[in-house]
Amino acid sequence: MTTTDEQPMRQQSIGDAFGDYLTRLRGGDVGALPAMAGLVALVLVFTALSGSTFTNAFNFSNLILQGSAIAVFAMGLVFVLLLGEIDLSAGYTGGVTAGVLGILMTRHAWPWVPALVVALLCGTLIGLSIGLLVARLGIPSFVVTLSYFLGLQGLLLLETGAGGTIAYRNNEILAIMNNNMPVWLGWVFALVTIVAYAALGFARRVTRVRAGLATPTILVWVAKTAAFAIVIVAATAYLSKERSRNVFLASLKGIPIVVPIVGALLVFLTFLLTRTAWGRHVYAVGGNAEAARRAGISVAWVRISCFMMCSTLATVGGVLLASRTNSVNPQTGGAETLLYGVGAAVIGGTSLFGGKGRPLDGLLGASVIAVIINGMTLQGQSQGRVYIITGAVLLLAASVDAISRRRASASGRV
Amino acid sequence: MTATETERPAADTGTPVLSLRGIEKSFGAVHVLRGVDLDIYSGKVTALVGDNGAGKSTLIKGIAGIHGFDAGDYSFEGQPVTVHSPRDANALGIEVVYQDLALCDNLDVVHNMFLGREMLKARLLDESTMEQRARTTLDGLSVRTLQSVRTPVAALSGGQRQTVAIARAVLWNSKVVILDEPTAALGVAQTEQVLALVRRLADHGLGVLLISHNLNDVFEVADEIAVLYLGTMVAQVEAGEVNNSQVVELITTGQATGRSAGTSKGEGA
Repeated sequence: MTTTDEQPMRQQSIGDAFGDYLTRLRGGDVGALPAMAGLVALVLVFTALSGSTFTNAFNFSNLILQGSAIAVFAMGLVFVLLLGEIDLSAGYTGGVTAGVLGILMTRHAWPWVPALVVALLCGTLIGLSIGLLVARLGIPSFVVTLSYFLGLQGLLLLETGAGGTIAYRNNEILAIMNNNMPVWLGWVFALVTIVAYAALGFARRVTRVRAGLATPTILVWVAKTAAFAIVIVAATAYLSKERSRNVFLASLKGIPIVVPIVGALLVFLTFLLTRTAWGRHVYAVGGNAEAARRAGISVAWVRISCFMMCSTLATVGGVLLASRTNSVNPQTGGAETLLYGVGAAVIGGTSLFGGKGRPLDGLLGASVIAVIINGMTLQGQSQGRVYIITGAVLLLAASVDAISRRRASASGRV
Repeated sequence: MTATETERPAADTGTPVLSLRGIEKSFGAVHVLRGVDLDIYSGKVTALVGDNGAGKSTLIKGIAGIHGFDAGDYSFEGQPVTVHSPRDANALGIEVVYQDLALCDNLDVVHNMFLGREMLKARLLDESTMEQRARTTLDGLSVRTLQSVRTPVAALSGGQRQTVAIARAVLWNSKVVILDEPTAALGVAQTEQVLALVRRLADHGLGVLLISHNLNDVFEVADEIAVLYLGTMVAQVEAGEVNNSQVVELITTGQATGRSAGTSKGEGA
């Protein structure tokens, strides 16, 4: 028996917890730190440059709307990036399936629920076919999804007709990116989120203590919960302010409806990856596919299911894009959509080498990109400069990933 | 399933837990194994030695069910069995630790030990039970080199990785553990640790088959030495009956001077 076993319950002090964190950082496990630091720095820079034009509540909600579609694409791409694969077609998958939704609702007068289900299934089907080609036929995902990128671009053009659009007229779908929750509902939502976060953290603690496992002191839980609560309350309060320029024309306040949707996706996907055997297998295949195969994991199924996940989430992203512009056009999901999605995942801390990444990375990275686009546009900078800066930030994030990997392997094999 | 192998009493060492008789295996025209006999006893370390190309890998892959034998008898705990897949072997209680260890660097020790066989509660991962069992198994093997079972494997040394791979193999009430060159890539101190661990596996009542090129390691831990020479088992003897140079001779020529044929088998079928 090891000496530590003589004490039945191992309590770690806040110092130990912090020390562990520092060790992990030094070992190359930087987690969300670079993205968070970058986000804070960017916000400070743009606040200094633009002042209240950047910080006002109207722009804040605008920022959320700009970032949410990127975030959803990025969260889907995290699944394929975790395997060390890529899906170049995610953007146009979103465009084509958002087109399917538009055609069903507008041209065939379907109610929105079944239409959305069919659109999502189309996305899943696209992912299934990509996954089968990659996992069963063994074609590199880069080539498969490059073909799909071209093919789906063509399909979208056929859907819309050259230069045409598919209009969205359904109020529920349009509300996602154009309406806000009532202020009281926003507060209820915020409160439920905080209570759920606190309860989950506490429940995990109790389980570990009961099992006699090393547990950080309760102060860590208190600090985490408090920080989370402060952020949520502050954001809700800010979004509950009147942000209409002319209140008599239209009142504009409350949390945008897209926020709970993206939040729920984040929680659900994180849950899948961290609490189910399937999620564990995704990380295993990304880390060492041969080891996973020998451990009896169906590597092919894990691959296929991740491509299905990515394409299905791309559908959600495409619908968000279309909801914001009220229509699907030949460029929906095209142009820089995919590149921003991949960029967001990497900026957030997901590794392109596979095995490392979280859905939260997609959200953080998308926030960074949205802040850059939004802040620079407010500064009156040209689109060209926005692209250059975004590219530079992505390169920086990829460098952090590469360096932290080198540190990880250096701190390993002594 | 809370009991681990470490709590089991040592089994009867009189009859072999795993026994092979007259094993034949060919790959096309290449006759790799020629009438091989092998016995693995509970509570004993049996070393399998032989030069490159003698058929060691083919033999352990056959035992592990990666490819079947062409002919011969395979019996486990006295019962004839058929092993067609690694799953069959695992079900019997046979675990193999391959030379490349097959660990996922990005996952921690607990995740690796339970990889592919995660414990679930209400269809979700039961992290605390898995962590407890991993800890119990490591403690049962007197492993003191791992401070936290939540360390990612990427941050472990070669010896620690080997320890994790071995602990994973004994986690599942296994009865026979096959170790392929466990010390090949290790330094002196880590080799000692791993050999001590190998010895403890046998002391806990498991049958251990150790494949090694290093005769010093073999003589340090092995109770029995089995020598493969060009696909034939030329000897399976107690380690005390032979000396280093005799084993070298058996490995290189298939015969040993100053030693009667004894338990060895002549030129096979």
